[in-house]
Amino acid sequence: MAMDVTPLLLSRIQFAFTISFHIIFPAFTVGLAAWLAYLQGCSLILKAPVYDRLFSFWLRIFGIAFGLGVVSGIVMAFQFGTNWSELSRRAGPIQGPLLGYESFTAFAIEASFFGVLVLGRDRVTRGFYFFSSLMVCLGTTMSSFWIMVNNSWMQAPVGFVQGPDGVFVPTSWTAIIFSPVVWVRVPHMVLAAYVTTSFCIAATGAWYALRGMNKVEARAMLRMGLGLAAILVPAQLLFGHLTGDYVHKWQPTKFAAIEARWHDEQPASEVLIAWPDQKNERNRFTLSVPYLGSLIATSTLNSKEVGLTDWAPSDRPPVAIPFLAFRIMVGCGLLMLALAWSGSVLHALGRLERARWLLWSIFFSFPLGFIATLTGWFTAEVGRQPWTIYGQVRTARAATPFLTTPQVAASLIVFAVVYALIFVAGTIYIYRLLKAGAFPAPGHLGTETNPKRPLSVPGSSPGVDSAAGLAAAE
Amino acid sequence: MIDFWAAALGLMLLMYVLLDGFDLGVGMLFGIAPHEAARRQMMRVIAPVWDGNETWLVLTATILFGAFPHVYALLLSAFYLPLLVMLAAIILRGVAFEFRYKSIGLRHVWDLGFAGGSVLIAFVQGAAIGALVQELPVRGGQYVGGAFGWFSPFAILCGLGLVFGYALLGAAWLCAKTEGEVRDLGYRYLPRLLAAVLVFLLLAFTYAIGLDLRVLHRWSERPAMMTFPAIGLAASTVLAVAIRRRYDGALYPMGMLIFGSAFGTLVASFLPYMVPFSVTIDQAAAPHASLAFLFWGAGVVVLPITLIYTAVVYRVFRGKIDPETNYL
Repeated sequence: MAMDVTPLLLSRIQFAFTISFHIIFPAFTVGLAAWLAYLQGCSLILKAPVYDRLFSFWLRIFGIAFGLGVVSGIVMAFQFGTNWSELSRRAGPIQGPLLGYESFTAFAIEASFFGVLVLGRDRVTRGFYFFSSLMVCLGTTMSSFWIMVNNSWMQAPVGFVQGPDGVFVPTSWTAIIFSPVVWVRVPHMVLAAYVTTSFCIAATGAWYALRGMNKVEARAMLRMGLGLAAILVPAQLLFGHLTGDYVHKWQPTKFAAIEARWHDEQPASEVLIAWPDQKNERNRFTLSVPYLGSLIATSTLNSKEVGLTDWAPSDRPPVAIPFLAFRIMVGCGLLMLALAWSGSVLHALGRLERARWLLWSIFFSFPLGFIATLTGWFTAEVGRQPWTIYGQVRTARAATPFLTTPQVAASLIVFAVVYALIFVAGTIYIYRLLKAGAFPAPGHLGTETNPKRPLSVPGSSPGVDSAAGLAAAE
Repeated sequence: MIDFWAAALGLMLLMYVLLDGFDLGVGMLFGIAPHEAARRQMMRVIAPVWDGNETWLVLTATILFGAFPHVYALLLSAFYLPLLVMLAAIILRGVAFEFRYKSIGLRHVWDLGFAGGSVLIAFVQGAAIGALVQELPVRGGQYVGGAFGWFSPFAILCGLGLVFGYALLGAAWLCAKTEGEVRDLGYRYLPRLLAAVLVFLLLAFTYAIGLDLRVLHRWSERPAMMTFPAIGLAASTVLAVAIRRRYDGALYPMGMLIFGSAFGTLVASFLPYMVPFSVTIDQAAAPHASLAFLFWGAGVVVLPITLIYTAVVYRVFRGKIDPETNYL
């Protein structure tokens, strides 16, 4: 495969880059929105001030992440048309309505009620405020749902006939939306977001506990973050396994690539570690376990598992990325399981705060969810190659036909520069907010930085007020 | 079904222009605000709603994708470079709302992104309309113009026109939502912006006659559509009076009316074409199964709900902002 710099290659890099950047924020905000609604509910029912303080604090983090998610999401909405116009023209009748529902049921709700959440606290009743937080949560979840329906259709296309000009004409929306693939992958994605968020919350709690600050909030975050993760990670492993089943059934080349299995095997072994060598159709530095491959694929000990060489080289995905990405994802998942369970047990025994090694481990575990989510997507998307719509439309035939290399290169550079700028800045601002750890009293969201009312700045230091107060206020 | 989605698309685009129009306009005036207090007030005026306003752009794009995929593919790929500029501007402008307050050293960068981004977004949208009026190079339903096929002096003129137009809406919004200095600033710029918009319309019209654009023939074929420019002219007159007498409440509605009449004029001159004079609405429409699926859920249920909660959110944030209590 010659790696000429073609508009197609650049468009693929651009799509991979923009979507990888984008997915980080929904992975965080889908979970955070649910967490915020939960805190708001707890605060309404239990009336303990700690919930309100946690809510106000995480709302600011949510604000930054949400803003980044929205603007990078707008880019995604346009990219299908700019760089993949052939795909849009042909699959638009199916993908367009699905993404249309996403904008209507998710994007619009989130955007409108997010404004109320951040800026309208003093203008609405507590009930309506809680309702707004539920709507934001509903919006982000609906967004994941439609995006996953759309992506699942690209992975396992059903419910269509091909019209003239290769246009996909939908014949059964029920088949498309209620495809078994959808109902495995939607929970897998939503759980990924929840796990990611619960680890960010627990890590923040661990951080404060290690620094001996915000003791009440730190304990609450550790308890809730780890407790959630202790339940959610096993559920996630289950849905991960079910996802593997759909891949095995619907996308045999992707399955073989994930397993780096080049030749048919019966019974099949499981390659644990290796360096796939695409050119010579074999693995190097292999460590594998006999029978385990069959066991994982079909829960039997001697099933026959197909290898990549059953297909022409032009129909095989690149092997190294799905193979390695999958292993990183699973590794992160197992690590999170160990941390969540051991942390929860020690917390229940009241010994977590003295187990500093574990607190440090939890603190450093905050990126694990993000890494697992990203590598999960790499597995799914790279494994789908060389197809954009599996078995139907090749990626090479999906691109805008008349784009030139300079055009796509220019756009790639612009996106790279702009995204780098806002990503670095956004990360720094989130880090500052987390580091400051200033929990405002409820109801002081918007007033604490008003220079005309200095008394309403409860215990904020000069460094904090610009960072924390206005964050929520504006 | 096709007519419904064509009408819905028009409504979404109009909602976008009217709503994001004013917040882009406020963004431009932000660039010439005299000091930080004024800038904060301007931010506060639009902070709760900008995100929702921008949603109408996304709704427009995705409905175009869902109901008229052919046009979506054609237009978005034809406007590759201007869209790139617009998206970069939307990103910089969007993060500025959060970032400028959290920044220690980079506030001026985000402020520049905010004001400059607002100008660029408006300019690109205006230029795209200009390019459509002048007709894109399309052969056999495929765009054939290359990277700069949209570019023309007329497109540039229209880009500038929309910058002034959005700034006019922005100034009207500021006058309606604020008191004191910021309101005065709005009133100072309103007459100039109204004049600039009228001069632009005159220039664009003369230019169109000079180029002998096909749009003009439509006007002589369909004299009834002259009601739209007439409404626009009447609204401009009322706006001029309202500016002079300082009727805060009348400014933005009159601005809306001017934009609405311009929008109506364009739609009436293009029908039944979606991409002027090369792709008709019927040719562009998705298969019936797609339109029907969108219609029974998004069209009948969700679109009205979206309109309702947009109204609810505007109601929550109604009235003048109070600089003392810093609600926003």
